[in-house]
Amino acid sequence: MLYREAGDFKTGYRSDGQTFPIRLDRWGYYALVAVAFLVVPFLINDYWANAVLVPFLIYAIAALGLNILTGYAGQVSLGTGGFMAVGAYAVYKLMTAFPDVSIVIHILLAGGITAIVGMLFGLPSLRIKGFYLAVATLAAQFFLVWLFNKVPWFYNYSASGQITAPERTVLGMAVTGPATSAPAKYLICLCFVFVLAWLARNLTRGTLGRKWMAIRDMDIAAEIIGVNPLTAKLSAFAISSFFVGIAGALLFSVYLGAAEVGEAFGINKSFLVLFMIIIGGLGSIFGSFAGAAFMVLLPVFLKNVLVGSLGWPTDLAAHIELMIVGALIIVFLIVEPHGLARLWALAKEKLRLWPFPH
Amino acid sequence: MDQLIFASEVLVNGLMTGVMYSLVALGFVLIYKASGVFNYAQGVMALFAALTLVGIQQGQVPFRHLINAIFGTHLESFGWTLPSVLAILLTAVVMIALAWLIEKLVLQHLVGQEPIILFMATIGLAYFLEGFGDVMWGADIKTLDVGLPQGISDAVEATTANWFGYGFFIDRLDIWATIIAAVLVAALVAFSQYTKQGRAMRAVADDHQAALSVGISLQFIWIMVWSIAGFVALVAGIMWGTKSGVQFSLSLIALKALPVLMLGGFTSIPGAIVGGLIVGVGEKLFEFWIGPMVGGATENWFAYVLALLFLVFRPQGLFGEKIIERV
Repeated sequence: MLYREAGDFKTGYRSDGQTFPIRLDRWGYYALVAVAFLVVPFLINDYWANAVLVPFLIYAIAALGLNILTGYAGQVSLGTGGFMAVGAYAVYKLMTAFPDVSIVIHILLAGGITAIVGMLFGLPSLRIKGFYLAVATLAAQFFLVWLFNKVPWFYNYSASGQITAPERTVLGMAVTGPATSAPAKYLICLCFVFVLAWLARNLTRGTLGRKWMAIRDMDIAAEIIGVNPLTAKLSAFAISSFFVGIAGALLFSVYLGAAEVGEAFGINKSFLVLFMIIIGGLGSIFGSFAGAAFMVLLPVFLKNVLVGSLGWPTDLAAHIELMIVGALIIVFLIVEPHGLARLWALAKEKLRLWPFPH
Repeated sequence: MDQLIFASEVLVNGLMTGVMYSLVALGFVLIYKASGVFNYAQGVMALFAALTLVGIQQGQVPFRHLINAIFGTHLESFGWTLPSVLAILLTAVVMIALAWLIEKLVLQHLVGQEPIILFMATIGLAYFLEGFGDVMWGADIKTLDVGLPQGISDAVEATTANWFGYGFFIDRLDIWATIIAAVLVAALVAFSQYTKQGRAMRAVADDHQAALSVGISLQFIWIMVWSIAGFVALVAGIMWGTKSGVQFSLSLIALKALPVLMLGGFTSIPGAIVGGLIVGVGEKLFEFWIGPMVGGATENWFAYVLALLFLVFRPQGLFGEKIIERV
């Protein structure tokens, strides 16, 4: 009698269209947010922050961004790594050029710059579709990585070719640089995730989201019923790149601290984020989080089991991890092409009928 | 004049590299035509084939790292060295078995899914095969030698020195690769034009359902096409493996083959060849003339940007079938 809509009366359109229509879900969400903001920062230590929570939060933002483009608007992109690099280098240039401005503004501006670059590389999507587009986005990946490698202005002519985040504070707490505490890293990422997830949810269920989904389902048909493909596709590229750029900025400034473009934002990053949204679920906000959690936790788990418990060499464990990731993707596509989000929805459906499924 | 002679040497080398790209692109086109699957794993298949070839030739024990890790043994090799021809034949058998397994375990369960889902499945397959190849044969860099001639061709150098007063440096391996690629393409064309199985393959490529209705077994054709693609991957693996050693970066040539495909069109075998030549020549000449001005290493992205710009004007590539969309 717990997990029911019964007794939860809707008195207007607003409450009818809410994100969590079931009371228990709603409470669960509030509880989760409260725990994430008020409890976890006091319990978190360096290992948990660096190995699990901070990468999870950052990749969740990237997955949200790619899900907007691929899951909602149907434009497959393999350029995520390159766009993350744009965010990282933009925030680095802004941080070093305007040291007095708050880093929060820098990160948002970096997102904006990435959005512009994303729109630029999104222009061909008006002519090119499907696989041809997926391969075309690789042009962004390789060109951007090459650009940040070869033009010294982007890394301020540093001898190593690396970019290193200087120390910046928010409300008196250091959030970047070597002196950052684990709770500070966690909290700044959490704030961004909270706001951006809220934004993504509300964008995707509004006019813009419906336009994207119409384009995804069939772009010519969408055009005939009055959706402008130019604005729909370009807005998808822009907003997706905004998210991905913020993820890249946070990844560099808060999580890594120092980055070399080919290593930190190579083609593997693009695939990693793509796997997150496939395993999590295309076209689902919850799926972005589930996929990010899965892909962040899996290597940690495998490493603990294979290296920690069984004592195998690390390179062997890394190869087996590749095999497991590859096999899991195939299994997911065969068993449930809509990912973890669909499994979760099915479980909820079952729970609503329980204990009388007929 | 000197500049021009240098450029023509770069051009010839570019053509040779282009042939190597075409070899990989060919595998993509075969599978795409016959089953509509965009096989991202083609490059990793080439790596896997090359790894297996080296492993069999040198008599390494498969999965020795895994076995050693589990049982604490110190297995290394069986202690034999097989002749190249036998090793190549055995590897071809392994590739056919792989094609069969892929059809049974992956493709069969994904029939009727959207193309993009199939594409992502092959990305998963690429990851799996990469890990599998490393676990099976070890991840260290291996040298592959099946007796192909290597080094600078003296004959070409002497002849060109006679003609232009300047000797061209051309790798003998590249010349052989060109010859082998030409033979391979001729064989493929002959196979698809003049044999029963080849006709069936073309029928499947044309229309799955119509082919089924006249009694062609889709399963058999798919296994056959994946086997042929595996064989093409083996040839590409031998060429690239001899050229630059058998290592992980071998699988990245798949990424180089993608712009080749975009240029030539996904559905055209001549397109793969012409696209490969254009990309090979284009990137070498661009690196030669423009590269020094912008800091070099333009080969990483030139092909993609070229393909991107080209597609804006002709979305189906050079020789691709015209894309007709209906609501």
